[in-house]
Amino acid sequence: MRMPIGASSWSFTEEDYSALTQVLQRFLFDSNARCALLVDRSGQLVTFAGDRPTFDVTAFATLTAADFSANDQLARLIGESDFNTLFHQGEKESMLLADVARRVILVALFDNRTTLGLVRLKMRAIVDELGRLIERSLQRSQLSNPQRQPLLGDVDDEIDRLFQ
Amino acid sequence: MSMINYASREINCKIVYYGPGLGGKTTNLEHVYKKVAPSTRGKLISLATESERTLFFDFLPVDLGTIRGFKTRFHLYTVPGQVYYNASRKLILKGVDGIVFVADSQVDRMEANQESMQNLYDNMVEYGYDLTRMPFVVQYNKRDLPNAAPLAELQSALNPGWEVTEPTRQRLTPDTWHAGENLIEQLPTGEWVERAPYFEAVAVTGDGVFDTLKAVSKLVLKSLS
Repeated sequence: MRMPIGASSWSFTEEDYSALTQVLQRFLFDSNARCALLVDRSGQLVTFAGDRPTFDVTAFATLTAADFSANDQLARLIGESDFNTLFHQGEKESMLLADVARRVILVALFDNRTTLGLVRLKMRAIVDELGRLIERSLQRSQLSNPQRQPLLGDVDDEIDRLFQ
Repeated sequence: MSMINYASREINCKIVYYGPGLGGKTTNLEHVYKKVAPSTRGKLISLATESERTLFFDFLPVDLGTIRGFKTRFHLYTVPGQVYYNASRKLILKGVDGIVFVADSQVDRMEANQESMQNLYDNMVEYGYDLTRMPFVVQYNKRDLPNAAPLAELQSALNPGWEVTEPTRQRLTPDTWHAGENLIEQLPTGEWVERAPYFEAVAVTGDGVFDTLKAVSKLVLKSLS
């Protein structure tokens, strides 16, 4: 029996993508937010819906995860287990972030065409649903991982070529 | 946590550069940033103090190429080396796929190196990760300095090896980066030990920086197969 090594791998399928995107699109329609992003806790963008961001989404995802992690620690210092939502208010653009199943972070970007109250209300309504979809995807990817074998089995030559 | 994204055809992996303060972790990333084509890398993000000491982390995304039609993207992070930043250092390790330990070769930094290595082991254990079973390489930086400790001394202090107990892994494994040396070997006492691959470097001039990055990236990709 192999010992656990490091972080496990997550295979994110087309099916996961379309299920999550549908929920995000419904949320955008209901809340009138501009854009919604899902970021995993290690700082990688999972997917997004709505207006295509004009900023660097990779950097954005990394900083979002760091923001959430730092705030988790702040919560513990004051005796809370975590802060499950964070709000950053700007002059024109604001963002609301919510924890989803302790695995990913949902970020909503919105402007003055809507209100914080509405975005928060609609976000709360989809967090559990997103959590179930994420858990299902992670479990499937850790249990069977059917698509991974053909992808990364026997690719030593290709890996070596990357580094020539 | 590596993510194989079938929707966007990307493999994303996280590599963390760890080590004592002022050891050259940020310099490694800065060199990679300068040398790779702008089209294959993102922005270098530094959360640093006004005196340019890393406060939270540095971050650089790099695309290495394509495997089976999947773009391989590595997210390179450094941690703050100073002892009192352990809370933020630990946060960066979350979901890590590969580790580079950047040691400062100077004799008077030996204690700081050992303290940082111990801190790495402790933080990994707290996440439930086994450092001896995941992609892990050691870089001995600042090899050009006159007060650099001999390589053998650094190896014995920082990379003495860990016992290999699984019979299937108890076989002589040559170190492909150093002719005549082995990564897994049997000691005269009969015990099998494994050491992390190591590299000598002078990060300010770039020597050894890409060798280190290539080695750890390759180990990460192979760990997925």
